[in-house]
Amino acid sequence: MTATETETTVSLTIDGRTVEVVAGTTIHKACEAAGTDTPTLCWAENLTPVNVCRVCVVEVEGSRALVPSCARPAEDAMVVHTDSERVRHSRRMVLEFLGSGVDLDQAKDLARWIEEYGADPTRYDQPDLPAVTINEPVRIQDDLYIRDYDRCVLCYKCVEACGDDAQHTFAIAVAGRGFGARISTEYDIELPDSACVYCGNCIAVCPTGAIQFKSEFDLRAAADWRPDEQTVTRTVCSYCGVGCNLDLHVQDGRIVKVTSPVDHPITHGHLCIKGRFGWRYVHGGR
Amino acid sequence: MFGAGGGTSSYTEIEETDVIVLWGSNARDAHPIFFHHLMKGLDNGARMYSVDPRRTSSAKFSDVWLGINVGSDIALANAIGREIIDAGLDNRGFIAHSTVGFEDYAASVESYTLEFAAEATGVPIGAIRELAHAYATAEKAQILWTLGITEHHNGVDNVFSLCNLALLTGHVGRWGSGLVPLRGQNNVQGGGDMGALPNKLPGFADMADPADRARFEAVYGMELNPVPGKHLTLMFEAMEQGSMRGVYIIGENPADSEADIGRIRRLLSGLDILVVQDIFLTRTAEMADVVFPASVAWAESDGTVTSSERRVQRVRAALTPPGQARDDIEILGEMARRLGVDWGDPTHEELWDELRSLSPAHAGMSWDRLEAEGGLQWPCPSDDHPGSPFLHGWLWEDDLGGREPAPFTVVAHEGPKEQLSEEFPLRLTTGRALDSYNTGVQSGGYDSPIRYGDTIDVNAADAERLDLADGERVRVSSARGSVEMSVRVHPDLPEGLTFTTFHFPDLVDTNLLTSDAWDRRSGTAEFKAASIRIDKLVAAGGAE
Repeated sequence: MTATETETTVSLTIDGRTVEVVAGTTIHKACEAAGTDTPTLCWAENLTPVNVCRVCVVEVEGSRALVPSCARPAEDAMVVHTDSERVRHSRRMVLEFLGSGVDLDQAKDLARWIEEYGADPTRYDQPDLPAVTINEPVRIQDDLYIRDYDRCVLCYKCVEACGDDAQHTFAIAVAGRGFGARISTEYDIELPDSACVYCGNCIAVCPTGAIQFKSEFDLRAAADWRPDEQTVTRTVCSYCGVGCNLDLHVQDGRIVKVTSPVDHPITHGHLCIKGRFGWRYVHGGR
Repeated sequence: MFGAGGGTSSYTEIEETDVIVLWGSNARDAHPIFFHHLMKGLDNGARMYSVDPRRTSSAKFSDVWLGINVGSDIALANAIGREIIDAGLDNRGFIAHSTVGFEDYAASVESYTLEFAAEATGVPIGAIRELAHAYATAEKAQILWTLGITEHHNGVDNVFSLCNLALLTGHVGRWGSGLVPLRGQNNVQGGGDMGALPNKLPGFADMADPADRARFEAVYGMELNPVPGKHLTLMFEAMEQGSMRGVYIIGENPADSEADIGRIRRLLSGLDILVVQDIFLTRTAEMADVVFPASVAWAESDGTVTSSERRVQRVRAALTPPGQARDDIEILGEMARRLGVDWGDPTHEELWDELRSLSPAHAGMSWDRLEAEGGLQWPCPSDDHPGSPFLHGWLWEDDLGGREPAPFTVVAHEGPKEQLSEEFPLRLTTGRALDSYNTGVQSGGYDSPIRYGDTIDVNAADAERLDLADGERVRVSSARGSVEMSVRVHPDLPEGLTFTTFHFPDLVDTNLLTSDAWDRRSGTAEFKAASIRIDKLVAAGGAE
């Protein structure tokens, strides 16, 4: 468990810098160790990599294709380029493709990467050939979640968190093919009627706001979502004896959402329905 | 157990164990994030046995579900013990070196044959034998339990019967093996650790031990009453006898949560004075002469709580308490001042440091370390101690760390206090639902899409026999009272068993039904086993 003496290390070169990391470390993590920032969408600290978004690709010398840094383990003597024209070009294209069909307004850090790579998603949205978008109304079926498919990049994170990476509920999966592909409940039934247990772990991993807390959605709709003014306080959930850590996001003296730190050894960022949504009593009777 | 009141193992250990025995626990619903760790164990190849009268959502993940008759746990545990001994799978080296009382235990389980146990528990012989062999031959194995074990008139004996199995096989005191009671509230463990027990001082010190008392008297600067207090059930007895006339209740709602609730309400309303300190005007607070509005401990106060793996973690104030609500510690300090003792206005850290000076298990947990390390597991006796992932490693040391060997405890099967009868032919057991919590004071504050309300779950065969339709309103009665509920025909219950939660006392007073038979040692009532009858509201063929 704690024995690290037997761990072997590998040494690789990233953008000309030599880095030594524990064997099995991904290139993405090695980049982090080397101080190189890498864009990611479908990767998350607490999920198994699924390699679908391709925004984190890097060039590995000797490899024909660009490789997803989030999933590929670093190898001894590997020579990695994260800023070559080939990498920049690929990342730019991926961001443009994703951005042309999907609303990425709420995707964390994405605006920065779009600027960094000079991506212009509107290139694919021309008067004579408009971009095809999902263009569906936001689905609101209860007081806890909303689903906005206009924001969904089909990164699978929610499916993984609902499935065998955490919750093991398997309430959602990708249904349909091609442009008709959607994250869906069984037979597309309403969420409250599905196997969903409302843990909200899908929301916690969603990179674009496609699945969102209703509390956040309502504040955004009222133009009153002000993350810069929110405080985040770490505490412990009161609903059982497991000791899950909660990060309480507070705006104007009220809790507006609850998350859990991904690096916490008890939760790994995941919570249950009570921990994530059971705080309302604090603000208003029973 | 074995001299320390805490679960033996860390959550991560279950990810690496080989056999998981989940006994009287629906952790999937009641401890969902612990169940994530358990699922990793299953994904890594562990085998799971679920012992529960209901085929719960947790049981559905097990390899074998042992659908036990309510209250027959000791019969099952003793039969498992007998089978392990009979098959020569007991860990003789460990038993000889680390335990005492094996001969008496072995003699006591001799009559618990597989046949007897199958009859008493309703579990097939093959399943009992398989669990016994799997548990005994595993390299690492854990037994985990919750209130399905403790909320019985003989709950303490139930726990002993499981501890015996660990001693028999050596599945304790090692990484990956252990005995794990999962706690139902965020500070059940911490409350006990801090001395919120009738006979304990903080850090497991014994109220009756003059040396222990002297240490506290030196720090507190006053003499302590050596007479142990009463636990909750004895307090109600004292109220009944009239020897307890005033009660001060902090953060508890017994007027909804206790078994045989009609009696409890009568006793509380007959007091000379009732003081309640709570965040809401609960049913109990409504009965009070004085109410102290308190702050929400996990969101409006600073302090610590201790989890089921003995991890002490910080809670922090994120919000300002509303109106006149104040931190519990402030209120207690003001009370002390009115009673003539000035405790000053200590900070939370100062109070914690006092605790550390008195409890060796917490001595190494400075406020700074708790901040920096995100929590520490007791015992943590010094500043350079990393905390203890598991307990009782001394059982495997050559000299037992200078301690006495761990004792087997002889326990006998009794079954529930309340027998089924012609008048009350159905068994009622109670438990939690995923989205709700206790008497619903807190969880009632949010609208859960998966909440099903005040239902009584009934097996399809029973429903047919009693001519009950899904959703039908019925009258449910026990010897103590009767309530109206909605039938939910449910496939997870065996015939003869019914189930309900106690989350919606405003809708249905479940605890009017529950049995007040209780364990003299723990003070816990037998919430898990009442005898009831279900009657249709409208007689068959009668007019609407």
